[in-house]
Amino acid sequence: MGLWQALFPAGLFTASFMQNAWLAGTAVAVLSSLVGFFVVLRGATFAAHAVPRASFAGAAGAVLAGGDTVLGLAIFSALSALGMASLGSRRDQGQTTALVLMAALGLGSLFLTLGGAYAPEVYALLFGQIVGIGRADVFAILGLLLLALIATALLYRPLLWSSVAPDVAEAKGVPRRRMEILFLLLVALAATAAVPIVGALLSFSLMVGPAAAAAYFGRSPGQALAVAVLIGILSIWFSLVFAYDTGLPVGFFVAAVTAVFYGLGRLWAYLWKIERGGGQVPA
Amino acid sequence: MRNLDPLRVHEDSVLDLQGVAVHLGGRAVLQGIDLSLRPGEFVGVIGPNGAGKTTLLKIILGLLRPDEGTVLVAGRDVRAARSLVGYVPQSFAPDPDLPLRARDLVALGLDGARWGFSLGGQRRRAKVEEALGWVDALRYADQPVGRLSGGELQRLLVAQALISDPRIVLLDEPLANLDLRSQGDVVALVGRVAHERGVTVVLVTHDMNPLLSVMDRILYLARGQAALGTVDEVVRGDVLTQLYGHHVDVVRVHGRILVVGGADAESLTCNTCDS
Ligand SMILES: Nc1ncnc2c1ncn2[C@@H]1O[C@H](COP(=O)(O)OP(=O)(O)OP(=O)(O)O)[C@@H](O)[C@H]1O
Ligand SMILES: [Mg+2]
Repeated sequence: MGLWQALFPAGLFTASFMQNAWLAGTAVAVLSSLVGFFVVLRGATFAAHAVPRASFAGAAGAVLAGGDTVLGLAIFSALSALGMASLGSRRDQGQTTALVLMAALGLGSLFLTLGGAYAPEVYALLFGQIVGIGRADVFAILGLLLLALIATALLYRPLLWSSVAPDVAEAKGVPRRRMEILFLLLVALAATAAVPIVGALLSFSLMVGPAAAAAYFGRSPGQALAVAVLIGILSIWFSLVFAYDTGLPVGFFVAAVTAVFYGLGRLWAYLWKIERGGGQVPA
Repeated sequence: MRNLDPLRVHEDSVLDLQGVAVHLGGRAVLQGIDLSLRPGEFVGVIGPNGAGKTTLLKIILGLLRPDEGTVLVAGRDVRAARSLVGYVPQSFAPDPDLPLRARDLVALGLDGARWGFSLGGQRRRAKVEEALGWVDALRYADQPVGRLSGGELQRLLVAQALISDPRIVLLDEPLANLDLRSQGDVVALVGRVAHERGVTVVLVTHDMNPLLSVMDRILYLARGQAALGTVDEVVRGDVLTQLYGHHVDVVRVHGRILVVGGADAESLTCNTCDS
């Protein structure tokens, strides 16, 4: 009883800022794990890591200019995604991703210094927060989710094909380059929504963690996608509860909880192997 | 190119190349290629590294525009005829944890280029099942593709290429990573399925020997030039000597054919022998 109340104190569901946090957090979890599913399929984890971080420079710039931080995030994540896509060579996508990331981080530190101080809102954007989410943010995030849902519903098959077998897909009329750009724009969309809540440093874990874990639980693309979204939602719910209880940043709990799910995925794959008599441990 | 059978050019053909030339990096990779393939024909494309085999496939797929000449698939421009061409890529090595079963991969060949997602459906499932049956892959239909052997994967790729009912399938070195037995299996399978379905096969390989029993004609590429005809017409010392531009011998031992180049052509000496 005491534990129950400690875990779920009165304000958790009733405080108006928490209601915003539940709504926005759930939307962000769905969006991140949906996009994360394609990130994992394509082995594009570095891009998923770089875009949210690069977008942080946009938020710092917005703080400096006195503008809207989410708009700054959106502009910078889209620009960095397009930069990675247009500069990218087939041989080493990592090189250009790193280049774009470095340029953005450099700008970000410049904006921060010019801004005079490490403003609290900037700190919140690095590690995430739940207190500051207003109704307007919730609607903005729901709008981003809707956009991403429509885009992935439309692109599902060609993007899936281009992700798992790019040569055949290209030969059959699915342009590899265009798919790469659209995919990176989806990553930018997810980053824009996730950074204000989960933080620029850790929203990567919400994108990649659930989808990577789901790859061990789901056997078909549809199953893996559904499991990824489920794990994403559970991760953010656990994290919101813990963050409310302890006052620690949401980002920390998201990273920890998704890591636990990933560990469970590996364990599941391992037990499944033993069950079927295979001696090999999954690599 | 030496057109060894001029009559065939005028037949109703699935693939027509006329005067095709490609320049890449300031160099002529293919030049003066004329060819015409009939429905249901099995054509092996042989040639040393860099001869332009992959380039030729890219042209037929419409991924590369020739600098000169025309390419028609079933009488249409290649870009309008994409659905009539199946393709098996040179390499495909999925991650072991990829959440994709054999049947999912094959299904993408059916409708992967379409917008939206598929809600399954009885007919789609039956069609995938049928394609898996063509290549004897029903046994591992529900296995993740990343855990399959090279030969099993190759069969799936063939099913993926054939499921959309193409008129012509292009296979880029499908035998490269297979042992001799699987090479024979894959060749026999492609030959049988293509024959049953009247599909023209263009199969690129470094070694013509596994193809000898199924191949109707051979397209021999060297120095950007091509010779097309039956094995007996093309794989001869005089024809290949002219194609390569220096002396070449053709040796037949134990039913196998070896093409042996002069001292200045080391790339040739091993082009038809395997390890
Ligand atoms: N994008 C390009 N730019 C410049 N040269 C190219 C390009 N693509 C191919 N080439 C050249 O064209 C020639 C033919 O290449 P292609 O890949 O068609 O050879 P191939 O017969 O398939 O060889 P392999 O047996 O090694 O696969 C090679 O000399 C290659 O260097
Ligand atoms: Mg090649």
